[in-house]
Amino acid sequence: MKLELRGITKTFGALVANDHIDLTVEAGEIHALLGENGAGKSTLMNVLYGLYQADAGEIVLDGVVQKFAGPGDAMNAGIGMVHQHFMLIPVFTVAENVMLGHEETNVLGRLNLGAARKKVKEISDRFGFHIDPDALIEDLPVGVQQRVEIIKALSREARVLVFDEPTAVLTPQETDELMAIMRQLKEAGTSIVFITHKLREVREVADRITVIRRGKVVGEASPTATNTELASLMVGRAVELTVHKDEPKLGHEALVVRDLCVIDARHQLVVNHVSFEVQAGEVLVIAGVQGNGQTELIEALMGLQPRVTGTIELNGTSLRGLSVRKILDAGVGFVPEDRTEDGLVAAFTVAENLMLDRSTGAPFVKAGTLQRGFLADFAREKVTEFDIRTQGIDSLAGQLSGGNQQKVVLARELSRELHLLVATQPTRGLDVGSIEFVHKRIIATRDAGIPVIVVSTELDEVVGLADRIAVMYRGGIVGIVPGTTPRSVLGLMMTGEPAPGTEAVA
Amino acid sequence: MSTITQTVQPSQGQPALSTVVLRSWKAAIALSIFAVLGLLIFVLLGVDTQGQVSTFRLSQSRDLIQLPDLVLPTFVTAVVSSILLFAMAAWSIWITTHSRKVPLWLVVVFAVVFMIGFLTWAAAGSTIPVPGLFVGTITLSVPLIFGALGGVISERSGVVNVAIEGQLLAGAFSSAVVASITGNPYLGLVAAAIAGVLVSFVLAAFSIKYLVDQVIVGVVLNVLVIGLTSFFFSQLLSPNAAALNTPERFPRINIPLLSEIPILGPALFRQTFIVYFMYVAVAVIYFGLFHTKWGLRLRSVGEHPKAADTVGINVNGTRFWNVSLAGAIVGFGGAYFTLGSVGAFNKEMTAGLGFIALAAVIFGRWDPLKATLAALLFGFASNLQNVLSIIGSPVPSEFMLMLPYVVTIFAVAGLVGRSRPPAADGKPYIK
Repeated sequence: MKLELRGITKTFGALVANDHIDLTVEAGEIHALLGENGAGKSTLMNVLYGLYQADAGEIVLDGVVQKFAGPGDAMNAGIGMVHQHFMLIPVFTVAENVMLGHEETNVLGRLNLGAARKKVKEISDRFGFHIDPDALIEDLPVGVQQRVEIIKALSREARVLVFDEPTAVLTPQETDELMAIMRQLKEAGTSIVFITHKLREVREVADRITVIRRGKVVGEASPTATNTELASLMVGRAVELTVHKDEPKLGHEALVVRDLCVIDARHQLVVNHVSFEVQAGEVLVIAGVQGNGQTELIEALMGLQPRVTGTIELNGTSLRGLSVRKILDAGVGFVPEDRTEDGLVAAFTVAENLMLDRSTGAPFVKAGTLQRGFLADFAREKVTEFDIRTQGIDSLAGQLSGGNQQKVVLARELSRELHLLVATQPTRGLDVGSIEFVHKRIIATRDAGIPVIVVSTELDEVVGLADRIAVMYRGGIVGIVPGTTPRSVLGLMMTGEPAPGTEAVA
Repeated sequence: MSTITQTVQPSQGQPALSTVVLRSWKAAIALSIFAVLGLLIFVLLGVDTQGQVSTFRLSQSRDLIQLPDLVLPTFVTAVVSSILLFAMAAWSIWITTHSRKVPLWLVVVFAVVFMIGFLTWAAAGSTIPVPGLFVGTITLSVPLIFGALGGVISERSGVVNVAIEGQLLAGAFSSAVVASITGNPYLGLVAAAIAGVLVSFVLAAFSIKYLVDQVIVGVVLNVLVIGLTSFFFSQLLSPNAAALNTPERFPRINIPLLSEIPILGPALFRQTFIVYFMYVAVAVIYFGLFHTKWGLRLRSVGEHPKAADTVGINVNGTRFWNVSLAGAIVGFGGAYFTLGSVGAFNKEMTAGLGFIALAAVIFGRWDPLKATLAALLFGFASNLQNVLSIIGSPVPSEFMLMLPYVVTIFAVAGLVGRSRPPAADGKPYIK
């Protein structure tokens, strides 16, 4: 099926998310839509899928202009979508999820689950998925959940399939498998729109590439273009894709973690007997696919997990079981995973956010009173030092862009006297410029002799920052390897295979 | 209260993570406390009951099959049940130290033995009518069950229904008036459903369309309905009681054979239309929720509305109409006050039962069958208080009045463990 988008425009208030976007996807073509976070890719696809109504422009399928009032209409027209955040109901089975919205029933109104199971089996056999139609979604690994999403779309006879950032949650191996599935679908005549910001994947699988920036189509490229060409097209200027850093000057063993376990509410060992140490002046990157215990491990370090066993020692003092306050006072700086939820108070000003974890005493608070004057001076200094683009220190943090919000968090944490810096997903969702800045600050911190832990799911970032890499898989550490380890080995480790020639640590 | 004991290593490729067994002492501690409590009450307080007997009447005079009365020597029964309680508590401790979970049936048996010991002690020298105990349980449970069913439907679709109390009261009021004017209880029942739906409309409109906090809307609605019905009661119904507040009641229908089952028959099958209607409602709602298109869609909008939206389900429409349906069902429960049991409307006659119904929803883990059982348990506790005060038990009446609520708190807070509400319960859906 041939898909054409003509002059699609969508605005949210003053923000123009899509500005007269034209896009043509031929039948049986994999068309990559490349752009930075916030470039308007997802908005465009939500318009295509009927979730948003375009302010102007039209959607044309095989020469026929379509009017979508909702996702139901788009689906009936043959458009399917594999969402970035899976649209699956965790407490339903695979078959129930696949049938939802177009259920078959018998005369008594009883759901015909048998037919749905058969359909799941039939489609999953066609692609070699091996999916149990009666498994609950919440029990399935994310890679399998994604396949359920694909089955869901195909069960509606989708002829145009949109993949929205499908590789964000996958291991490199799963990503390769997904590429194979996409090619298989293409062979069967399905048109595919592949949304991503990862250059490597685009070049591997796409037939054509359209790059959008700030809501506009800025160019087309062929898959033979180099990474640097694509990146500069995407960002709009020449970019530095690698992180410059010197050899680490290693100091003493600062953080020692032994036999750490975290038990969640369902009594699972989400962190399973993990041991590692970080030396002063090095960056240890904890790599792995999202959801393999990294979040819980860091929360355990920060005193945010209720059930933790094992030992955590920073410069000889135990941190386990201490309150978050005491841990921060011990000199641990923390850049949380979700800056808008955990890193900032959106309704507070930039200045207030800069002192958020220092409200217990001098110099910010004296005799129970905020030292406004001192805070203002401090905030102005940090805004300059960290190049925070804001109208003033009294602007609300919620009004800043993602990159500037992250700079506020970094400025706050780095302005304390630190003995350890923990940064989780420090560049998620940031523009390329901010990513460069954050990486530079992290390396500068390390060069100042402070041990740094970075959690990242992006291989580029892992390889760029790390002096050593600890790969986590299903709660355990598969192995701790040097920062120069090849990507292919890291990819394998993310699936639980220990690196060749090393002993499994966990 | 919990300690880690052992780990199970995962086999490769399995989706589940390895788990640890956490020793939960909650059940063992609870059983031990109740065993000690049993000893104190039944045996130590009951020393002076030596030589007395407790009688349990098992049949009513009009039953076909007449069972003889069960006569138990009070003190001996107290001692025996106390020993059993301690044995079971000790066993639960043993089970816990061996890192296993205390099975549910043990807790249930424990509760039953405790109840037998308690009743024997309370009935020392007098008679407890067992069939009457069960009849009263059903009577007091009917509004709770309708309320809980409405709550389950509403919350499964993602709207917290605190307005059950108001819906019950509105149903009771309008059914009394309509049944009095028309002389037809069935029309009264329809009016009750309509009144419940009207209350639901307000709840749905404010919480779904205007995104007002659902709990606040619910509480405000309850106060509003109490005010409205009390006003009309004192201004209209009281002066014109004969014309407006003497509803025709539902006649009692005895089901042949079934109503002659010893002990349970009278409670379950010598009832009015509205109770039989309730049995059907429980079964239909259970089937509907888990085996029909309606139920699948209803649950999907309560769990993950965005996912439902992306497969073309109208989330807010589904929520709106199911909250309305829930209102109709709760309205039926309201009608039971006036058309089934009391026979006339009275100010604030629901007396907080709507909130107990809400507790039954949570205790029943948002499942219509379990919520029904929870409602029956609460009904039993209320009725026990009635029966014991009638036979003149040694327990202070103020304490007995607390009983249903104490049971509710224990049930909801501790003994059920963590129950998981529908994921999007209480969260408005904004595209």
